[in-house]
Parts: sequence; C-alpha cells; structure tokens
Amino acid sequence: MTDLQTFRQQTRDWLEENCPPSMREPVKGGEGMCWGGRNFTFESKEQQQWMERMGAKGWTAPDWPTEYGGGGLDKAQHKILREEMSRINARSPLDSFGIWMIGPALLKFGSEALKQQHLPPIVRGEIRWCQGYSEPGAGSDLAGLQSKGEDRGDHFIANGQKVWTSYGDKADWMFCLLRTDSEAKKQMGISLVLFDMLTPGVTPKPIKLISGSSPFCETFLDDVRVEKDQVVGEINQGWTIAKYLLTHEREMIGGMGMSEAGAETMSQTASRVLGVEQGRMNNPMLRAEVAKWEIDGACFALTAERVTDEVKSGSGVGATSAMLKYYGTELNKRRFETLLKINGSDGMIWDGEAAINGWLPRTWLRTKGNSIEGGTSEVQLNVIAKNILGLG
Amino acid sequence: MALVLNEEQQMLKESAQGFLAEFAPLAELRKQRDAGSQTGYADNLWSQMVDMGWAAILVPEACGGLGFGHVGMGQIVEQSGRTLTASPLFATAILGVTAINSAGNEAQKSELLGAIARGEITTALAIDEKIHHAPTQISMTATKREGGYVLNGAKRFVADGSTADKLIVAARTGGEPGDMTGISLFVVDRTATGIGVDRTVMTDTRNYAEISFNNVEVAESGLLGAEGYGFNALSATLDAGNIYLAAELLGIAQETFDVTLQYLKERKQFGVLIGSFQALQHRAAHWWSEVELCKSVVLKALQSIDEGDDKSPALASIAKAKLCEIAELATNEAIQMHGGIGMTDEYDIGFFIKRARSAQIMFGDNSYHTDRFALLSGY
Repeated sequence: MTDLQTFRQQTRDWLEENCPPSMREPVKGGEGMCWGGRNFTFESKEQQQWMERMGAKGWTAPDWPTEYGGGGLDKAQHKILREEMSRINARSPLDSFGIWMIGPALLKFGSEALKQQHLPPIVRGEIRWCQGYSEPGAGSDLAGLQSKGEDRGDHFIANGQKVWTSYGDKADWMFCLLRTDSEAKKQMGISLVLFDMLTPGVTPKPIKLISGSSPFCETFLDDVRVEKDQVVGEINQGWTIAKYLLTHEREMIGGMGMSEAGAETMSQTASRVLGVEQGRMNNPMLRAEVAKWEIDGACFALTAERVTDEVKSGSGVGATSAMLKYYGTELNKRRFETLLKINGSDGMIWDGEAAINGWLPRTWLRTKGNSIEGGTSEVQLNVIAKNILGLG
Repeated sequence: MALVLNEEQQMLKESAQGFLAEFAPLAELRKQRDAGSQTGYADNLWSQMVDMGWAAILVPEACGGLGFGHVGMGQIVEQSGRTLTASPLFATAILGVTAINSAGNEAQKSELLGAIARGEITTALAIDEKIHHAPTQISMTATKREGGYVLNGAKRFVADGSTADKLIVAARTGGEPGDMTGISLFVVDRTATGIGVDRTVMTDTRNYAEISFNNVEVAESGLLGAEGYGFNALSATLDAGNIYLAAELLGIAQETFDVTLQYLKERKQFGVLIGSFQALQHRAAHWWSEVELCKSVVLKALQSIDEGDDKSPALASIAKAKLCEIAELATNEAIQMHGGIGMTDEYDIGFFIKRARSAQIMFGDNSYHTDRFALLSGY
C-alpha cells in the first residue's frame, strides 16, 4: 500500500470508530450546526463528543500546522479526509468563524504569540469568534468606519458601534476594525484588533431579521480596553488584512447553501410536490424554471471547480471571488424563490412541525441577505468592473 | 480530469488563433458575402486546414487520423467563433467523422474516415425536416429492396448541403414519427440520381441547403450501422454537434465582449468615457461573469466526450442551453452598448448576432435543450 492508501484506511477506521451514528445524518436548515465556544449548548452528547474527538486530532482544521493544534495534513490527505467523511455522510464537527476567517488571517499576518494564544482554542472549539466590521454609517463603504481606538501607550480605548456582528451575543472573542489614526487617509488609519467579549464596555444586542431569527447583533463599544499585543499585523495597517478576510468571506458566502449533503435537489422536490406524468413534470412553467435553475446551478458548480483547478495548476487569473460571490448568492436567492413557488401555500406556513417549523419561508427570507452581507451584489459588480475589466 | 487545458491543447488553441486571424478573419467573411459566395469561405481555406491536420483531429489513428480528441478540436472551434470562420470543419471533420465513427463498420470507417482525414471528401449531415429540430420525428422513408434501399422525403437546414461530396441522411426503415427505433443512417453521393439540392441564402452567409430525395437508390453498402438502430449514433453525433456549437458560441460571446469592452474604454460622451458609467459597468461585469460560467461548461462537455462519460448527453444539453442564452445576451448587449454604430453594416459587430442565432437554432435552441435536459434528468 502507498502512504496515501494507508492514510485512507486509517482515516476510515478512525472515523468508523469515532463518528457517532447521529452525526451521520444530514443537518436541516441550520439546526444541528456545531459552533462550539463558552456559551454553546450542544444538541446532544454525541455532538459534543464528535467535536472534541475531531478537535483533539486537529481535524476541525485539517490543513493548519500541528504546532497550532491543526491536523497538519497536506492537500492529498485533506482530500482523502473530506472524501472519507462524505462517504459516511459525517457532519461538519465544528462550524467556526475562527476556522474560516480569523484563523487563516492569523496564520498569514499574526505574530507567533498571537498564533500560540488563539489558534489551538479555535481548533478545539473552545473559543467562538465574531466579526466586528460594518457600522451603521459604514456598510458598503466599509473603509469609512468611525469606531475609534485611542492610543493610551500599551493599549487602546475603543469607542463606537458595530453592526451585523454575526452571532455577537453568542461569541467569546471579536476580531474588530478600529480607526486608530484619524489623521491618515481613509484606508491607512485602520487596525485589526482582538478582544474578549467579556471585556467591560462590550454590549451585543441581537437584531431580529425578517426571517424571524437573530443571527446578527449590533455591538456597542464603550471605553473598551484593547491591549496593543492583540493587534494583528502592524498598527494602522489593518485594511490589507481586512480585504484578505473579505475575500475569504465572499468565497464562503458564495459557496454556501448550494446543496446540503443528502438533501433533495430542486427537481426532486418539484417532482415530488407537483407530480410527474409521462416523463414530464406537471406545471410546464415551473418545470422550465426548475430546469433553467439546475442548468445555471450546474454551470456555476463547474466554474467553482474550474477556478480551483486553475489555482492548483497556477494558471488562474485570481480575483474571481467577487464573481463567485455575486453569482452564487443571486443563484441561491433564485433557488428559494422557485422552491417557494413549487410549494404553493405550504411555503407560507411559518410555524408547526409539519412544515419543519417554517424552514422554507424563513430560509427564503434569510437568503435575501446573501447578496447584501460580505459586500452587496452591486459592490461585487463594481469590483469586477474596476479590478478585472479595468473600467474606471 | 482537471478543468484546465493541457500543454498540447493550449498550443493548438494558440496556433488556431494565429491561423484563423491570418487566413480566415472576419474581413474574409464580409468579402465572401459581398461577392455572393456559394460556400462562405475562400476556395483554398479547406486545403490549408487539411494541411494543418485539422480534418484528421477526430479521426482515430487506426483510420489514418490523429486521434487528438475533442478538447483540442473544441479550441479550434472556439477560436473560429471569434473570427466567424466558415469552413467544412464542422459538417465534415466533426459531424461526418463522429457519425461514421459511431455507426460505421470497419470497411466504411477505414474508407470514409481516411478520405476525410486526407481532405479528399467533405460531408453534410441531413437530419431536420421541419423548422424546429426534432430528431425522433423523422418521417423520410428508406424502403428496402433487392441489394439496397430507396429514399424518399426532404431535409432542410443542412449545413454544407449544397457543396458536400457525401450526404449522411437519417431516414425511417420502420416505426412511426416519434419512435426512436426504425431510424437508419445512410451515406449517399450528393449528386446521386433523384437528389435535388436547393441552396438557401441564410442570415449568417453560410452554406445551407434544402434537399429533396425522390426515389434515390442506395446500395446496401451505403447503410451506416444496423438497420433501424441508427438513433444512438445519431444522438451521439448531435450531442457532439451541440457541444461544438456551444464552443463556437463561446468564441462569439468572448469576442463580442472583448470588442465591446474596448469600445467602452474609447468612446466618449458627455466629455467622459462611457465605460465610466456604472449603468454600463454593471452590465459588463454581469456579462463577464456569465462568460466565465460558459467557459466551464463547454470545457467540461468537451472532456465528457473524450472520456466517454455517460453524462455527455446531459452536458451537451446544459452547454447548448446555457450558451444559447449567453450568446443572445452577448450579441444584444454588444449592439446596444455600441449604440448607433452597432447598427451599421460597415461595423463588424452585426456579423456576430447573425451567426449566433443560426448556431443557436441548429440542432435545437435554448428551449429544446432545456426541455431535453429536464427529460434526461427524469422530469
């Protein structure tokens, strides 16, 4: 056996032994996701076991270096792990802004001390992170942010208001953009800082969305003490890191929700609800809408694949994250509009067990935010026009 | 297979780009149109392409070809969409080769494919009988008699139908229109007794014909494949045809985009470049995004033929449907963003919309392939 074959066999055996049966069933509508952290309530003991076992092995962050608690896997091994997990329909052991966002930024820009301090607890699911970027006056124009960090020698005193802080009320730490030099040009006086949400003066307040849920908060900062050793990268040079993180976020949102493992495809749902006679779905107009969506969905999935392959072979143009974000979120919105039409009046049921607690209308409404958060569709089109097409 | 070109395919793409720009640019199509050309291309173009080896790309090595594969050929066709080059490449080196290779016996393959690879014969595929593509609806008859068959019926929208040496014809030896069984493929000389060829002048200045068959006698050796079971080979040929039409439409979508983007950076109104207007920037950025999706699906569809992937029929319909949609977007946006000059015959952009619509309609348009994709997916 080659090394990779051995690795595959060992991985398969380990997963067989350590992945609890209930963690091999698909997650429906955001429920059952595992966010970890100090405030998290596990849905079951098995969910906690699954996170802890994977975390101890470093496989919640398989490609991070082992010295920071990661799995230390190379690309080929990482691929095998993904394949073996999907073979048994294993759930993601940990969903985490630490793993998706601030972790990669720390690996790239953080000091050794910051990496040692923050990365291992992220891997183990002990600390849950949130992002303090947008402000009431700085949405699409993020660099116009006004929350201030006043220099007090070895620390800053932060004041201001953040908004759209994902799960700000449940998170343990925040990575946050502050204006630390008000004299400098817009993008030049911004720092990326880290602080504990329990620090005096930090007050998150949930915002209720049209979907009925409250995944976001507004977070008030009143004389919050932020240590200077918790600045990522150089002071006043945070914008570069912020942009790097935005790219990550775009990729994440762009790829989200396209298909849940084990879930029905759109045409399966439509066929089940509308019925198929003599090979053709009843309701020709919806049939065409479903087919057009699935054609675009297939083309989009192939594009994500091609972009990855081009990066691997070194022939990529880069800067495609704006396109993937733009197209992916618009496609996801279309998907839920069509699903709503397929389900007729059932699609309007907001509550009750039969309608999976209003999963469809709530998720449909939630998708409206996909083309706003992480940079609106219009901002993505601006990015494409300026950075790729060279239109001034 | 990774969704990227290998080095050989990339080289072929570049050499096609150079060749077509030099010997068959859009100016040549304009010249042919203005001269009332019967073919739509210069007399020596095909022999140059044969010399380049292009006629032999899809012909298996055993039959004297190169066996280079569809991804490579797709690069040439994509480039020919940028220059709007008409030639026998599509009807002969793609459709003819695929049909004969899928359906023919060893003798037919070695004789006909060898002759195509050497540039000795050209072919045309005669399928459609009505104004909309519907391959199962074939009603033209082939009646068996001593030593062969007699063909009766009519075909239309036959690419290269007025010039090809051989016609590959689908006709019924059994069954009713709508049945997949009972369809047989035949190879006949275009000049055989009883064949009437009427060249139709079409919007894209290419060479098509309406062809009538009146008691046309074909010898047993002219039957391609088993009697009554030609539909599979026909389907494979149409799938390939549609994937190449998608590749050509991709070339059209990209070229119109590049030309229009350049125009946005040159044309001034209100004292500024029109490319500085966000109304146009967003439309250009959307168009560019759609072309990115098109590149992916065309490459995947080409790879699927090379790999003998059983998803090839679905991918052919996905690719054709998507490229019909985006070629329509591209050519319409190109004219609109050029403003008045886009409406003039003197400016080249109008040639693209004319060719695009013909290519979209051939072998099934967006609605046909969206419907077919749904059927193949079980709904």
